[in-house]
Amino acid sequence: MDFGLSQDQEMLCDAISRTLADTCPLDHVRECAEGSVPFSDNVRSALGEIGIWGMMVPEQHDGLGMTMLDAAAVAEQLGYAVAPVPFIGAHVLAPLALAQGGSEELKAHWLPRIAKGEAQIAVAIAETVEIRDRAGVDFDGAKLDGTALFALDFLEADAFLVADTAGRMHFVAGDAAGLEKVALKTIDRTRSVGELRFSGVAGEALADDGGATVRRLRDAGRVLLAADSLGAGQAMIEKAVDYAGQREQFGRVIGSFQAVKHVCAEMAARHEPCRSLVWYAAHAFDATPDEASLVACHAKSHTGEVHRFVARTSTEVHGGMGFTDLLGLHFWFKRIGFDRQVLGSPEAVRAEAAALQGWTQVA
Amino acid sequence: MDLDYGPQYDAFREEVRQFLQTHGHRAPDGQGRAARPSPEAVEWQKLLILHGYTARTIPKEYGGYGAEPDILKSRIIAEEFSRAGIPAGLANQGISMLVPTLLELGTEAQKWQWIEPTLNGEIVWCQGYSEPGAGSDLAALKTSARVENGDFVINGQKIWTSTAKQADMIFCLVRTEPDAPKHGGISYLIFSMDTPGIEVRPLKTMTGHAEFNETFFTDVRVPLDQIVGQRGQGWYVANATLGHERGMLGDPDALENRLQALVRLMQKERIGQGCAMDNAVLRDRLVALQAEVAAMKFNGMRILSNSLRGDAGGMAKLVVKLQSCELAHQISALAIDAMGEMGILYHGSEREREDGAWQWNYMFQLGLIIGGGTAQIQKNIIAERGLEMPREPKFATPPAVEQATAVASGQNKGAA
Repeated sequence: MDFGLSQDQEMLCDAISRTLADTCPLDHVRECAEGSVPFSDNVRSALGEIGIWGMMVPEQHDGLGMTMLDAAAVAEQLGYAVAPVPFIGAHVLAPLALAQGGSEELKAHWLPRIAKGEAQIAVAIAETVEIRDRAGVDFDGAKLDGTALFALDFLEADAFLVADTAGRMHFVAGDAAGLEKVALKTIDRTRSVGELRFSGVAGEALADDGGATVRRLRDAGRVLLAADSLGAGQAMIEKAVDYAGQREQFGRVIGSFQAVKHVCAEMAARHEPCRSLVWYAAHAFDATPDEASLVACHAKSHTGEVHRFVARTSTEVHGGMGFTDLLGLHFWFKRIGFDRQVLGSPEAVRAEAAALQGWTQVA
Repeated sequence: MDLDYGPQYDAFREEVRQFLQTHGHRAPDGQGRAARPSPEAVEWQKLLILHGYTARTIPKEYGGYGAEPDILKSRIIAEEFSRAGIPAGLANQGISMLVPTLLELGTEAQKWQWIEPTLNGEIVWCQGYSEPGAGSDLAALKTSARVENGDFVINGQKIWTSTAKQADMIFCLVRTEPDAPKHGGISYLIFSMDTPGIEVRPLKTMTGHAEFNETFFTDVRVPLDQIVGQRGQGWYVANATLGHERGMLGDPDALENRLQALVRLMQKERIGQGCAMDNAVLRDRLVALQAEVAAMKFNGMRILSNSLRGDAGGMAKLVVKLQSCELAHQISALAIDAMGEMGILYHGSEREREDGAWQWNYMFQLGLIIGGGTAQIQKNIIAERGLEMPREPKFATPPAVEQATAVASGQNKGAA
């Protein structure tokens, strides 16, 4: 019995955390966020040396074949540092989709490149959660038509993996004829999402498995967004506590006032159990697939709620300074906002969780 | 992450299941909130001790089973009894608080005299800690015990003494050294509730029931040797047991059981042609609570795993009382809302659901949020011990001008 991260996983976290502390200070995040493409080459290459780009690529394709809990541990560190690098789409969902339903050629070509950090495939599955603005991509057996929103790790992507309205995944080359790419600007400038418009685009359909791959991608994406939120929330709590321990008003540090202390305690009290929930959801993805979707929903919706509270409360503890751009606290605030909405905001995810348990016919 | 307990534990689990299958029918039902166990409950308790399913690590010579401490085995026992819906051993304040204290700090004679009958349910205890003027600031207690002709003579008043009406004995904090500093003048006494000069008055709460009492002491004479620990050391003696109480209140299995009861209620409770579960808003609230219960369950597994490694538990443990009491309260609140107008039925009314249990829970759980360390005290603990935030400055006797500043800044050091 050992609930939590293994020693290896803790060493991995330490290595990433040290690398990010060196290569990804706030000034650098700001620099990247203000550029046209948020991704940092420095951070990418430094993390590449630890090998995280291939962590979810199977070993026979030059990857490390690691577990979802490993990936969650990494996502938490990336969220903690608001690291401007592609990860959830390009390095977890893409290799998972290819490994599960890609042809041998696709796998042999792309997986080793993903593992080396030489290729980036964006993943678009937003419409399998909720259709907005009548988006959705139809597959007529040969061509793709329609729109896919919120492709993850969009800018600079070499290719795309997109879900059609029947829940089957398709591989589409970045330069496919009939494909129009439109970047979407979000609150979170440390990450990149975009819109894909298809008019008669020829892609390569992945195996038709009745939506099983899409389900796995959604579960994985939710667990990792929750893990990212966990890291960002942790950072915001630490920043609030540090600030409250330094800032003086009325002749005392404000952290000695119960009004301030108690909201910090509330943040910690709501945040701490999220860690176990995220770990368990990640573990279940590999160990107990039957319950994986439900606990992924719980992790996603619950961290969404808790960290919205943490994000606004930490900002309030910082007073007027928290509201400025100067302090940069808003990068974490916005990262948490992104994690909450993407792949289903809490209400949408809870409706799905209810349906999974047979508590409703609609969903 | 390894959630397996291992083969020797699987065998142990099988043993517990076998026991429950064979003997489960002998468990008393309808025990409810009764303070004094029924004869069947006492028999059941003795059977459980004999098999090591309660009082497991308490030495044999004091009436326990005498096993080496094994957190996983204790956990398995709790899990299997909970799953089978069969009452585990007695969990009164004598067993959960007094017995561990005596084991740690009692004299050999006290251990021999009190532990076994307490474990067997033959002696019922109540706790005399809080006073009207000493709640969160427990060390401010005033009930006095002066020494006179070889006895302590006790005068004062205790409050929140649950089970005082039924109790045979009380463990009680009293001020024996009036001139010593606040924390250093307290002693921990144990004495019979039949001692002349004790009056117990039921304390009716908002639930309409008297779950607690007020207990008054007028010249109550207690022999000098009925003290646990040294004179003036009572604060430290009591603190050993406060930890036990906090552990007792936060049980993740209990939350899961409450949630399952809520699911059943929402599936059963009719609204028009459908049921409460068909209402999207109620359902959304239910799933949100389910996610929180899951988080607390896994948090509990993390604490368990930490304690196997000898870790104290850290933040994961500090948050349990605050979070689980609040969550239990929210579960009851949703049940009442799911019942709509039916939710107000109480006092054995026509059409009342489940004997008014949800309303009773909703109110009583508010008591649990306040009792055993209020939510505000819990937040102080989380902030000061968990987050290492600065303590509230203590003003011994604030000069007038500083008092004015404190008022102007809106701060009240007595807020908790």
